[in-house]
Amino acid sequence: MSVLVFAENLKGVCKKSSFEALTYSRMLADKLGVGMSAVTIGTVSNIEELASYGADKIYQINKSEVTPFDSKQFAKAIADLAQSIGATTIVASHSSQGKSIAGRLAVRMNAGLVTAVNSLPQEGSDFIVRRSLFSGKALADYKVNSTNKVITVIGNTVPPAKSDSVSDIVDAEVTLGAASINVLETKTVDGEIPLPEAELVVSAGRGMKGPENWGIIEDLAQTMGATTACSRPVADADWRPHHEHVGQTGVAIRPNLYIAIGISGAIQHLAGVNNSKVIVVINKDPEAPFFKAADYGIVADLFDAVPKLNEAFKNVLAS
Amino acid sequence: MNVLVCISKTPETTAKINFVEGGTAFDSAGVNYIMNPYDEWYALVRAVELKEKNGGEVTVFHVGDASSDIVIRKALSIGGDKAVRVNADPKDSFFVAKQIAQYCKDNPQDIIFFGKETIDYNGAEVGSMASEMLDIPFISFASKLEENGESFIAERDIEGGVQSVEVRAPFAISSAKGIAEQRIPNMKSIMMSKRKPVAVIEPVESETLVEITHYETPPPKSGVKLFEMENLEELVRILRDEEKVI
Ligand SMILES: Cc1cc2nc3c(=O)[nH]c(=O)nc-3n(C[C@H](O)[C@H](O)[C@H](O)COP(=O)(O)OP(=O)(O)OC[C@H]3O[C@@H](n4cnc5c(N)ncnc54)[C@H](O)[C@@H]3O)c2cc1C
Ligand SMILES: Nc1ncnc2c1ncn2[C@@H]1O[C@H](COP(=O)(O)O)[C@@H](O)[C@H]1O
Repeated sequence: MSVLVFAENLKGVCKKSSFEALTYSRMLADKLGVGMSAVTIGTVSNIEELASYGADKIYQINKSEVTPFDSKQFAKAIADLAQSIGATTIVASHSSQGKSIAGRLAVRMNAGLVTAVNSLPQEGSDFIVRRSLFSGKALADYKVNSTNKVITVIGNTVPPAKSDSVSDIVDAEVTLGAASINVLETKTVDGEIPLPEAELVVSAGRGMKGPENWGIIEDLAQTMGATTACSRPVADADWRPHHEHVGQTGVAIRPNLYIAIGISGAIQHLAGVNNSKVIVVINKDPEAPFFKAADYGIVADLFDAVPKLNEAFKNVLAS
Repeated sequence: MNVLVCISKTPETTAKINFVEGGTAFDSAGVNYIMNPYDEWYALVRAVELKEKNGGEVTVFHVGDASSDIVIRKALSIGGDKAVRVNADPKDSFFVAKQIAQYCKDNPQDIIFFGKETIDYNGAEVGSMASEMLDIPFISFASKLEENGESFIAERDIEGGVQSVEVRAPFAISSAKGIAEQRIPNMKSIMMSKRKPVAVIEPVESETLVEITHYETPPPKSGVKLFEMENLEELVRILRDEEKVI
């Protein structure tokens, strides 16, 4: 009856998404009064760090070999482990790996599946969790009726919290079957927090007039330690790289702070960002729809306001 | 090469989202439905391109009632050769995946295309489930798919980057921006689509393990607080000391 977390790694490193999933699962297991363990697949260089996030045990599968992700191979190994240790609730991050594996696990385990969960289950004997729908325009409560359950937890649901105890790290007695695909290359941008994990995001749109003007955006992002994003037309015109495109057809994010600069706030853009905790909008048009979705606003020409905001950040952060 | 493209139907992006019957049902009154953009712009177009190059057949597959016919016709006008509609109101992702898996067991396919996710429930569940039911590889969130002799090379979006993988048919793939360019059907293809066959089949049963007990719309924002250019430091202080986000 225990909880098992799939602690994903990228290039052998477990990141914030895994720490959050463990923290969430510890809280979930305590609530249900059951045990909680985690599973890693492939060599994880920071396994000791992972061991401080509250799992009773960490099971390592195939720790001697770096195995990039294969949903088919991984799902079978995790389901086999769950069965052998009696885990009935599987938790994964709502990430590219978590999303591709969750449905497979649910089928293997005949489990009810809820993805993108954003809270712990409600009080009471039923297992009811909440998530958002319609790109943040609605919320819904999902009740899982089966004994086995699979959920993916969306980023920023709980802040990662270390535990006083350290997990036992053991080798899992399951084997990783043959891979169904051949991973050729994993390319990631180094030195930058990827958008889905970023807590602070500075985003700009067509109001920038052209790619040559992005220096002020990058300066502000650098002062804040923020990741940069953009609206769709900006990515479509190749002013900015395609992985920066947020919104309904791009990346959906939930940072703590989203600063939107020269972006009108079309509904398809809002769909990807309206779950941000705090939204600040800079636009010269007081009628721009984004102001309706914003917490704070500056009605001004961005070419004046952005450098001034950057100065303000520098001054306040230094004080 | 025979490929199946799974298409879903979603409320138009600008549709007003409301719930009725005490927050237990979606209010579809006055809502326009469209083909899920990921299915239409990306999955379907890439499937049609592969067929145009290699021959074979593109089957459009949809689980939904007769009101979906307009969306199916649109998929045929973009280049699907024929369509199959499972005549049922889809209860959950598991139900949809089961219909897809059953059809593909009876009518084997080389590639099964999905969209990255539906824009209403944002689940990204069906592709992963159907792949497991069929015991085939699943490449999720692909922004590229190219032939490579006997195999295929795909690129999939991961956090902060891309991963390239090699895979052999049969496999399933979910499509994201980049895999193809949106196509707008012309008058001739719209006329031709009217003559393409649409088979209606009955669903296979499936168990419902998850139910939605309650819907609501989030509380509206309390209103924007505006700052003048002279007061930007105060804004930053609020972000730090009151909102505690920096
Ligand atoms: C199905 C569909 C899906 C879509 N998906 C997405 C998506 O995922 N993401 C997305 O972003 N869009 C998406 N779009 C497009 C969306 O509808 C908008 O067209 C787009 O978001 C507009 O981008 P923008 O705000 O950068 O540009 P604009 O709408 O042109 O807005 C520019 C803004 O900058 C302001 N501005 C101009 N100059 C200045 C200045 N000097 N100082 C201050 N402010 C200034 C203007 O007042 C204006 O508000 C989608 C559209 C459709 C139909
Ligand atoms: N009712 C449906 N009929 C056919 N395919 C569907 C249906 N619902 C979802 N799909 C497919 O599954 C993908 C992912 O949907 P979802 O798991 O709901 O986010 C969609 O992009 C479609 O390709």
